[in-house]
Amino acid sequence: MENEAGALSRVAGLFSARGYNIESLSVAPTEDATLSRMTLVTSGSDEVIEQVTKQLNKLIEVVKVIDLSDGNHIERELMLVKVRAVGADRDEIKRLVDIFRGCIIDVTDKSYTIELTGTSSKLDAFIGAVDSSTVLETVRTGASGIGRGDWTLKV
Amino acid sequence: MSEELTGAEITIRCLQEEDVECIFGYPGGAVLFIYDELFKQDKVKHILVRHEQAAVHAADGYARSSQKVGVALVTSGPGVTNAVTGIATAYMDSIPLVVISGQVPTNAIGLDAFQEVDTVGITRPCVKHNLLVSDVNELATTIKKAFYIAATGRPGPVLVDIPKDVTQQKIVFEYPEKLSMRSYNPVIRGNSKQIKKAVDLILSAKRPVVYSGGGVILSDAAKLLTDLTRMLGFPCTNTLMGLGGFPATDKHFVGMLGMHGTYEANMAMQYCDVLIAVGARFDDRVIGNPKHFSNENRKIIHIDIDPSSISKRVKVDIPIVGNVPDVLKELTKLLKQRQDEMDEKALDEWWKQIDLWRERDCLKFNRESDIIKPQLVVEKLYDVTKGEAFVTSDVGQHQMWAAQFYKFDKPRRWINSGGLGTMGFGLPAAMGVMFANPKSKVACITGEASIQMCIQELSTCKQYRLPIKIVNLNNRYMGMVRQWQEFFHGNRYAESYMDALPDFIKLAESYGHVGIRVERPEDVEGALQEAFKLKDQLVFLDFITDQTENVFPMVPGGKGLSEMILV
Ligand SMILES: Cc1ncc(C[n+]2csc(CCOP(=O)(O)OP(=O)(O)O)c2C)c(N)n1
Repeated sequence: MENEAGALSRVAGLFSARGYNIESLSVAPTEDATLSRMTLVTSGSDEVIEQVTKQLNKLIEVVKVIDLSDGNHIERELMLVKVRAVGADRDEIKRLVDIFRGCIIDVTDKSYTIELTGTSSKLDAFIGAVDSSTVLETVRTGASGIGRGDWTLKV
Repeated sequence: MSEELTGAEITIRCLQEEDVECIFGYPGGAVLFIYDELFKQDKVKHILVRHEQAAVHAADGYARSSQKVGVALVTSGPGVTNAVTGIATAYMDSIPLVVISGQVPTNAIGLDAFQEVDTVGITRPCVKHNLLVSDVNELATTIKKAFYIAATGRPGPVLVDIPKDVTQQKIVFEYPEKLSMRSYNPVIRGNSKQIKKAVDLILSAKRPVVYSGGGVILSDAAKLLTDLTRMLGFPCTNTLMGLGGFPATDKHFVGMLGMHGTYEANMAMQYCDVLIAVGARFDDRVIGNPKHFSNENRKIIHIDIDPSSISKRVKVDIPIVGNVPDVLKELTKLLKQRQDEMDEKALDEWWKQIDLWRERDCLKFNRESDIIKPQLVVEKLYDVTKGEAFVTSDVGQHQMWAAQFYKFDKPRRWINSGGLGTMGFGLPAAMGVMFANPKSKVACITGEASIQMCIQELSTCKQYRLPIKIVNLNNRYMGMVRQWQEFFHGNRYAESYMDALPDFIKLAESYGHVGIRVERPEDVEGALQEAFKLKDQLVFLDFITDQTENVFPMVPGGKGLSEMILV
């Protein structure tokens, strides 16, 4: 969509006004600074998704809408997690981070801050795997998506 | 041309470039520079209303009754919030408007400044688009965009919010000749494969119905629709918004459909085998319960410019997204070549069935009554004006009787708030109609509750000498509310009695108008004649009507189209 003030609130407003749910939404400018790319995760029946697509297309600032789930696509989400890490937990958590191919990006004597990228379900799995009492804080970006192969979404 | 102009001058120049003849507005702090420039020129006429809601309704009536974009000008804060009802009304009925609002200076935005509201935020869900002009260099392009977006595709209101400092800054003015918007390209031509499929389906029809809506009026496709329908000999029904899209006096017309549609229209809609929907959107007041509607098997062709209107409430078989006139032209061309393939026999049978439904005489009312029946007033209005008046209305029973009993043969003559159902719309809309059609007969059919919602506009009517005829169907009740309470709430008339009514005659007179009270059926026609003889005067006709009269037929909420309550 056009990288203009207010465009994001139009999308968000559309979803709340029409009762569609937003599971996640991530947006940032693209290599063309006049455009932003938004990945929005939503769910609903085929009819609802058809309406969502049509309504989004109606917004003046939206340039193009595609449903990535119509074809092969890749989805990634970034999560930062701060966990309590003392004593024997420190090694245990380190191992788990390695298994999930994350990395520890900040360390204190009481905590680790972990960076993890993957599909949303992989991030959920990580949270499920760590002892919930050690999780101090999590922050997630929501998914970003792109089509597989040579196909590109360009304006 | 290198002369520098202020933002305020630019605003007015843009309006002139867009050939705007008149705008409706109300001044205030944030728009004072714009008003100053209005004062210094005489190309754009400014109409001073008495409330910003009326400014937008008037611009709306102007747009509906002409083919032009209506323009309103309001100040920041309360000016804008007052205008919101008008904007939402226009949005729901897809009326092309440009609303210009003043805003506090850019450096004060966000500081809870005096008369600041987040105008773009407040209006976002009820505009086609809105734009805040934060740089005077973008002002002209923004206004041009606003007119373009408002009038093209599925039309709608566009708001331009202009901070006060922007109206003071000076730059060299240049009105852009062209706009390029990569993200806004309304479709025009329908897909020809789909159109061919539609032709096949139409030719195979045994029980066809043409169902047309406001889109036919807005896109000026009434003549095309009429010619096509007559050529095919199909029955045609109009929605509340679509009245006048097909001549109501034509024998192919089966009346309005929907909640208060005719028996024959609703039955035909329910039991047809091929439905041709044109510029309509299957809304809840039109087809009732969509599940019940889908119980019958029929194939649907849906022609509309807005893809999101298609398969929203009812799944359709052949969607055609495109500009209605273009699609109708192509359909007509193709059908002309293959007219002999039509199943005339089946069509005859279908008409016989429809005529049986017609015999039910669903709009009958007691003509012997010695209390004035509201239906009678509308009938007489039709007679007295020879069906040529522009008729605006408010919202309630009177609106439905107007729609049922005034036979609109031409588009843009019936002006009402269908989508939002805004009481208070009728009088200011009639003002707009008068400015767009100065020599025409204009009547506002209203109720004693609705008229009080914008009654202050009697003053505007005086100032500009607008000879509107107000037809007040005075039943001392919020009649439509009373009807629902009678049918669905055990006759408990909670707060729907209109107590403490003013003496409308004296009220009209105090504004310098003429008032006539009519209490007997035999005086109805004479009073109307007298009113229309007063060519230069607004006349307030206060008809004291039957309090107990209800609107029939009625499809109760949640029920199917064929489940009408009949008189
Ligand atoms: C602004 C607004 N408020 C409330 C309503 C709900 N409403 C619909 S019809 C109606 C009664 C209208 O009464 P009146 O104008 O006297 O017309 P009648 O139905 O008696 O013909 C009301 C209150 C509305 N449509 N608009």
